[in-house]
This record gives sequence, C-alpha cells and structure tokens, in this order.
Amino acid sequence: MSIIGKYFIFLGSLFSKGEKIAVYWRRFMEECVGLGVSSIFLVAIVSTFIGAVSCIQTAYNLVSPIIPVSTVALIVRDMEILELAPTITCIVLSGKVGSNIASELGTMRISEQIDALEVMGINSSSYLVLPKVLAAMFTFPMLVVMSAFLGILGGYLAGTMTGVITERDYMYGIRDSFVPYNIFFMLVKPFVFGFLISTISSFQGFYIQGGALEVGKASTQAVTNSCIAILIADFVLAQLLL
Amino acid sequence: MIEIENIKKAFKDKVVLKGISTVFQKGKTNLIIGGSGTGKSVLLKTMIGLIRPDTGRVLYDGRDFYEGDAEVKQAIRREMGVLFQGGALFDSQTVEQNVRFPLDMLTNQSMEEKKERVAFCLKRVGLEGTGQRMPSEISGGMKKRVGIARAIVMNPKYLFCDEPNSGLDPLTSVKIDALIKEITEEFDITTVIITHDMNSVMEIGQHISFLYQGDKLWTGENTEIVNTDVPELQEFLFSNKLLRDLKP
Repeated sequence: MSIIGKYFIFLGSLFSKGEKIAVYWRRFMEECVGLGVSSIFLVAIVSTFIGAVSCIQTAYNLVSPIIPVSTVALIVRDMEILELAPTITCIVLSGKVGSNIASELGTMRISEQIDALEVMGINSSSYLVLPKVLAAMFTFPMLVVMSAFLGILGGYLAGTMTGVITERDYMYGIRDSFVPYNIFFMLVKPFVFGFLISTISSFQGFYIQGGALEVGKASTQAVTNSCIAILIADFVLAQLLL
Repeated sequence: MIEIENIKKAFKDKVVLKGISTVFQKGKTNLIIGGSGTGKSVLLKTMIGLIRPDTGRVLYDGRDFYEGDAEVKQAIRREMGVLFQGGALFDSQTVEQNVRFPLDMLTNQSMEEKKERVAFCLKRVGLEGTGQRMPSEISGGMKKRVGIARAIVMNPKYLFCDEPNSGLDPLTSVKIDALIKEITEEFDITTVIITHDMNSVMEIGQHISFLYQGDKLWTGENTEIVNTDVPELQEFLFSNKLLRDLKP
C-alpha cells in the first residue's frame, strides 16, 4: 500500500512547480521522437505479422460451408481494432519504452544527474517525467492506428497470397458490419495504457537506490508492472466502454 | 559564509550525523575530511537540500535554508554551484549544453549572452574548444572541469564539491584542486569540499573539519593538522607507513 501511495505522490509531483512552457515543449518533442517515432519499425513488424497469422489461423478454424469466407476478414478486423492493435501493441511498447524509461531515469539517479537538477531548484520529476507521459499519451494512439492498419493489411496479404481468401471477400469482410464506436474504443486504450506504461516505468526508475544491478531490476520490474497494469486496465475499459 | 548548527541525521536506527556545528568561511576552501562512512556526503547533502536533517539549521549568510519560505530556498539554490563526484553531466547533451543548462532553465538571457558566458566558463576551466563534444567523449578529469564550469556558470556564492579528486590521477587531482582554489579566491566564493585525499588537505585546506563516526572531532588549517593530538585524526592522517615515518 505504501508503494501505491508513493506512486500517487509521485504523480502529484509531476504537476507541481513546473518550468517554462518552452522547456516542456522542447522536451515533449524530444520524447515524441524517442518514445514514439523510434518505435514505428518494431510496431510495424509485430502488427503486420500478427495480422497475417490472425487471418490464416481464423481461416483454419472457420472451415464450414454455412459461414461465408468474408467472415475471416471481419474477424481479423474486429480482433485488430478491439484487442490486438491497442493491447498487444502496448504490451510490446511496455517492453521497449518501459524498460527504456526505467533504465534512463535509473541511470540518471545513480549518476547523480537527478540530484544535479534538484540542487538547481528544478522540479526533476516534472522536468524529466511529465514530457515522457504526455509523449506516450500522444504517440501511442497514433502507433495503434498504424498497427491496426498494418494488421489488417498483413491479414490481406497473407490471406490472398496463401489463397485462403480472395481479395474481393477480404474487402467485403473488412467493411461488413463495421461499428465506428470501436475506433473510439481502440483510441481510448493506448491513451490510458500510455499513461500507465510511462508513469509506472518512470516511478520504477526514478526512485532507484544502488547501482547497475538495481537499474536492471528496475527495468524488469517496470515491464512486469506495466504489463499487469495494462491487462487490468484492458479488462476495466472493456467492461466500462463496451 | 555558511553556518551549520547541530545537524543530526539518522536513517532508521543508524545515526549518521550526531549534531555537527561549524562555520564555512567566505573566500576560503573549506574541507570536510574523514574516512569512508563517516557522514561527509550526508552532511554535504543536508547542506545543499538533498537530504533534510532531523534537527539543526543551515544558514547561508544568515538565511535559514530549511526554515525559510520557498522563495528564500529558491534564491539560495540559485546561489549554489555543485560539483558532483562523477561530474553528473547530462549524457544526452554536449559539453556546451551541459554548462548552459542552468542558464537555459533559470534565466531569461538571450542565446548570445548565454553562449558568451559558457565560453568564458569553459575557458576559465581550460576547456575552450570542447563545447561540441559529448560527455562520453571526454576524460574523467575533463568531466570534472565541465562540472566546475557548470557549477560556476550562474556566478554562485557557494560552491560545493563532492570528492573532486576521486578517480583522477595525482597530477590531474592537483590541477583540479588548484583550479577550485583559484576560482574560490577569484570570485570570493564560500567553497565546501568533501575529500579524503591527503594531497588536497595539504594543498588547499584553508579550513578543515574532520568527521569521525558522525561527529566533528577537529577543526583547523592545513598548517596545524599534522600537529594534532586527536588520535582518530592522527590515524587518518598517518595511515600509510611513509607518512608515519615522516611524522614529526
């Protein structure tokens, strides 16, 4: 309980005694590049292959003369939009971004860089962490949109190239029974997950005591805790919004 | 001038500082010496606001750092320069950006003014022409110099150095010591140095406080220290055979 309390105090410290807006803007743009843009390749690879595998495995399980083939594309689309793109992408990002944040802040802590900021009278948590949180909440939804698009594209490529579905059936399937609200749901998730990953990882890294060993432990803990938080939040969001 | 009065600090059951009082004089290099684990770094951290003492006062020219309001504290912080043990340079920034950082964050100076000030400070520590290098591309001694440049860029009234010689060869150590002493006298700064380096004690120890197990056991100048009759300080000073043989 004391750790949870410390986490909320940490969150409060992000918004107290801020610095100049220009400083935050520069840091925000740096973090957008560091957390978001640098993750594009990983997200693209993972999403395309998950979409491809989803299509082939769904087709494999739907061998029935009474189910139209286009249903495969419909299922791929809904799986991508509702779960695979937002949740799996964010779990992948928690590994990449979460460990990056925790190790960066942990190293700054043990090398006294955070102390140097504090001594200058700078709110170190706000200066270092707030731009990361905002950048994650801003860039993760974009990455998830890209992930959903590439996942559906991956399904199309895999399905048509292996002959499990025709191009016409796939195109029909991904348009069939489309619910626009699902897009809203897809965008809410990475917004929340981005907040959780960035704050939990920052919290793990920011309060490190010790040396290199503790930095490694904090990175692992950041990823583990972020994943658990994502899964719990995923369930809560599904229950609340669907 | 910095006065500390009855500073006590304990971490759970472990008492680290047992009520330390002393005065650090302006324009002098004030050394805090002692073996490892005697509370030197904790004392420094209580002075610069990184660790709040359990009891006691830290007065900067009469202004109470912990009891004063937020504005007083912020004003005092802006008059401090700190050289950390490893330099504490920001890895992602160039040498110039590191030195300019306090100016970027705490002043409204134009970029031209800031660059001029940074160039002056880098020149003062003998590092002109290195501004575009990254911290990973410079030596340990150069990192300390950059740390000193960053510490003095805001024209501090108080300079704190945490083991400025650690990890440096003897020759570089002497140069760093000399640089700190020159800067202290040139800008009339109150400088506090944590060290256990005997060369520093003899070279620049204008006012020395010896800590032992959280207590201050001795205060004086480098010219007096070898004649001390405090057994713990004698043990610290003459810890190697060569010095014991030379003992007066």
